[in-house]
Amino acid sequence: MHALANPARFLRLARPATGWLLAVGLLFAIGGMAAGLTLTPPDYLQGDTVRILYIHVPAAWLGMAGWVGIAAAAVSQLVWRHPLAAVAGRASAPAGATFAFICLATGSIWGRPTWGTWWEWDGRLTSMLILFFLYLGYIALASAERERGGEGRIAAIYGLVGAINLPIIHYSVLWWRTLHQGQSISITGGSTIDNAILWPLPLTVIGFTCLFASAVLMRIRAELAEAKVEARQRRMAGA
Amino acid sequence: MSGWPFVIAAYAVAVCALAALLLWARASMRRAEAAADALVRK
Repeated sequence: MHALANPARFLRLARPATGWLLAVGLLFAIGGMAAGLTLTPPDYLQGDTVRILYIHVPAAWLGMAGWVGIAAAAVSQLVWRHPLAAVAGRASAPAGATFAFICLATGSIWGRPTWGTWWEWDGRLTSMLILFFLYLGYIALASAERERGGEGRIAAIYGLVGAINLPIIHYSVLWWRTLHQGQSISITGGSTIDNAILWPLPLTVIGFTCLFASAVLMRIRAELAEAKVEARQRRMAGA
Repeated sequence: MSGWPFVIAAYAVAVCALAALLLWARASMRRAEAAADALVRK
C-alpha cells in the first residue's frame, strides 16, 4: 500500500485500471442480470421476485464494503499518515452510499410482495438505513473539512466510529429475529439456496465490485487533479 | 400476484442509480483532469 503513496505512481496504475474495471464490470453485471432475469427458474415460494436477489445481495455487500474501505483508509491516515488515504476515504463514500441506497430500495420493493410491506423497523433494515445516513454524514463532513483546508482527521475518526455499525448489520439477523431472513448465502459455501437459482449471483457480485472499484478510482483521479489545480493556482497567486 | 412488476422496478432502480454514479464520477474526473491539463499547458 505504501508503494502507492506517490500520486504519480498511483495514477500510472489507476489510469488503465479505471477503463478495464469499467469494461469488465459492465460485462459481468449485464451478463449476470440478464442470466438472472431469463435463465433461472422462479422460486417455488417467492416466484419471480427471487430474481431481485441478483442485485440486492451484491448491493448490500458493497454498501458495507464501502465503509470497510473508509475505515481502512481512516486507519491508514491516522496511523501511517498515508498521503492518499483521505482521498481514498472520500472517494469510497459516494459509491458506498449508492450501493447502500440500491440495497434499501430493492429490498423495499422485494419486501412488498414477499412480506406484504414496503418497510419494517426490523434490525437488518434499520441498521442498513443507518449505514446510508452515516454515508451522507461522512460525505458532508469530509467535503466541509476539505473546503476548510483540513487534513480530514475528523472525517477519519467519524469513519472509524461508524464502522461499529458493520458488525451490527451483519449480526442483526441473529440478534433480532424479526422479519428479515437469516444468513442464506455464504462465500465459504454452505448456501441454503439451490445452485439452479444461485449461479448468476457470482457474476453480478464480480460485475458490481468492478463497477464500484472503477467509480472509486474515477473519484480518486478527480480529487488528485483538483488538488493539482489548487496547488498550482496557489503557487501562481504567490509568485 | 405477478412478481414481474416488482422485479422490473427493482432492476430499473439499480440500473439508474448505478448509471448515475458512474456518469457523475466519470464526468467529474474528466472535468478535473481537463482543468489540470489546461493549467499545465499554460
